[in-house]
Amino acid sequence: MVIVKGRNHNMADYYFRTEDLKVGYEGRALLEGIDICLGRGEILTLVGPNGAGKSTILKSITKQLRLLGGRVIIGEKELPKLTYQELSRKMAVVLTERVRPELMTCRDIVATGRYPYTGRLGILGREDEEKVDEAMELVKVKELGSRLFTALSDGQKQRVLLARAICQEPEILVLDEPTSFLDIKYKLELLAVLRKMAKERGITVIMSLHEIDLAGKVSDKVMPVKAGCVYDYGYPEDIFREEFIRQLYDFDKGSFDPVFGSIELPKAEGEAETMVISACGRGIPVYRRLQKEGIPFIAGILYRNDVDCRLARYLARRVILEEPFRPISDPVYREAKEAALKSRKVIYTDIPWGSCNERLRELLEEVRLREEIVCEYIP
Amino acid sequence: MTENTFHYENLRRRSRYAAVFVIMLSAFLAMVMININTGTVDISAAEIGRIIFAGGKEGTEYRIIWLIRMPRVLMAAILGGALSLSGFLLQTFFHNPVAGPYILGISSGAKMTVALVMIFPLGRIGGMSSFALVGAAFAGSLISVGFVLLVSKRLQSMSSLLVAGIMISYICSAVTDFIVTFAEDSDIVNLRGWSMGSFSGMSWGNVKVGALIIGAAFLLTFLLSKPIGAYQMGEAYARSMGVDIRMFRVILIVLSSVFSACVTAFAGPISFVGIAVPQLVKLALQTSKPLIVIPASFLGGAVFCMFCDLTARMAFAPLELNISTVTSVFGAPVVIWMLIRRSAN
Repeated sequence: MVIVKGRNHNMADYYFRTEDLKVGYEGRALLEGIDICLGRGEILTLVGPNGAGKSTILKSITKQLRLLGGRVIIGEKELPKLTYQELSRKMAVVLTERVRPELMTCRDIVATGRYPYTGRLGILGREDEEKVDEAMELVKVKELGSRLFTALSDGQKQRVLLARAICQEPEILVLDEPTSFLDIKYKLELLAVLRKMAKERGITVIMSLHEIDLAGKVSDKVMPVKAGCVYDYGYPEDIFREEFIRQLYDFDKGSFDPVFGSIELPKAEGEAETMVISACGRGIPVYRRLQKEGIPFIAGILYRNDVDCRLARYLARRVILEEPFRPISDPVYREAKEAALKSRKVIYTDIPWGSCNERLRELLEEVRLREEIVCEYIP
Repeated sequence: MTENTFHYENLRRRSRYAAVFVIMLSAFLAMVMININTGTVDISAAEIGRIIFAGGKEGTEYRIIWLIRMPRVLMAAILGGALSLSGFLLQTFFHNPVAGPYILGISSGAKMTVALVMIFPLGRIGGMSSFALVGAAFAGSLISVGFVLLVSKRLQSMSSLLVAGIMISYICSAVTDFIVTFAEDSDIVNLRGWSMGSFSGMSWGNVKVGALIIGAAFLLTFLLSKPIGAYQMGEAYARSMGVDIRMFRVILIVLSSVFSACVTAFAGPISFVGIAVPQLVKLALQTSKPLIVIPASFLGGAVFCMFCDLTARMAFAPLELNISTVTSVFGAPVVIWMLIRRSAN
């Protein structure tokens, strides 16, 4: 694992730190030895399987759970020494806990974020009201304004709760699975807002995410968490390696693509009797269809830099490869021809022809002449 | 575009709050007047005015107004308000809209200890002082609440909480009956009347003690509006807003017990006010903001209890009904309707 900490940084440069943190429930440690250092405006994402202890860490650093050992330092102060009141001006949270307030509009919910700043009776001033509107504008929930919170969909609720957290004007924002219940559009919007808050207002963000693909895209640092196992956190590109993700989530079927952060179902089992000839991404829908129908296939001839190749590696039984920008060599051609002639079916797509892939066209012509091979063209 | 701002929404709401408060205050004054004006002995309004404001201190009519009707209506108002607030606090505490001092067995707990104090020698030393009664009721309330808390820690669902409350209420009633078996006849008569719930026989002494305790508790509750509002968001969020939950929970329970103990000590257990009134008030105001709902609940409870007491006195005059009979008739349907509305959502 690549270690990020201790790169000649002065400890005082960090806004949020944990040292040898030990967390768990009722005195029983679930995870220990957690060391985190985050500067202002950095985003740290916890990833890992269900029940790994992501929420436990988040609850511990938000003072919802007692620390079982070690230290948490926010700003200059130790977490246990901060009163809840002091903490509320530094830290805002978005939790998985269900909120069912009676007769409260979305604005009312967002306005509860102003709590640390209002007087004895909690009466909102004009400025507070404007901040509520602002926060709702930022998260794009303004149109929900006077609707009852309980009447919203889960996704809308989640966004209102984010507006609430922003309204609290925190220095650090802690979110427990903020993207659950959100559709793709809002997932992206939410993460974009988080990035914006982090960069523009210097808010430090710590959150847990289920979507490892998104985690890689939004985070400055990623910390893998698994029950009983503490990994050092690191840059996403160091963490998101196929081998490590498999080990973290403990899956042996299916695959994870570190470049796009996408996951794929396991390839179809058995002897491949189908061959796909394609290029430039045209093969991708074909691979997916075959995979869903459980038909094993061979893909080729593909150039190593062809986008089809990225997916074929995970879904095809065998991929016949050629080095980029080169005319197809004899051994590769032979291998492909052999495979094609053994197949019962050959599926081909539109392929842009050029001087390099002449021989692929040759191969296709030959296959089409064979009566025993079913040919299917997919435009 | 200015209409779609929080400020505008709050302005609109404030006028609604004002309207509701004006209506409730008028109802309050009307109920006070009607209550004083009504009774088996007919006294004209002019006469009443003369007695109250001019202060003619002679005659039966003076005594009826000053020593019977006035303390009674004031007590109904104060205790009604207390009951309603006790319900509101318990609903907040348990995050459960049908929680209330009666249904959770808190009133029964208070009844048990009050019966104990009334019957055993302790009570006979120079008659019972109001404070001793309230103190006993408070202890009983805390016993019940303690039990319910213990059970609710293990059971999360709304209905099991109520079942626990009803069970403790049965246990306390059983103990009360057991105590009554050993009581002397004169005590039993006292106890019977009281244990059915009634605002009759209130003295100015009672009013003073009641007003003092409940006034103080009301003030404290009102000052807690802000953390109560935070607590409505759930414990974890409340904590993240800076509320010290542990302390707050204790205060909440003590306050609601003080309210319901006062009521039980003076007027016996009274059902349904604690559940029905805060709900109706919230609906009328269209908010659950404690800063508004706390005074409104108090006012609403006062109006409701004065109305129910009036009905208890007058419906079958000269026979007088138990106050709980009347509050159940009006309160229970509200609760049932609420449950249906809730499940329909």
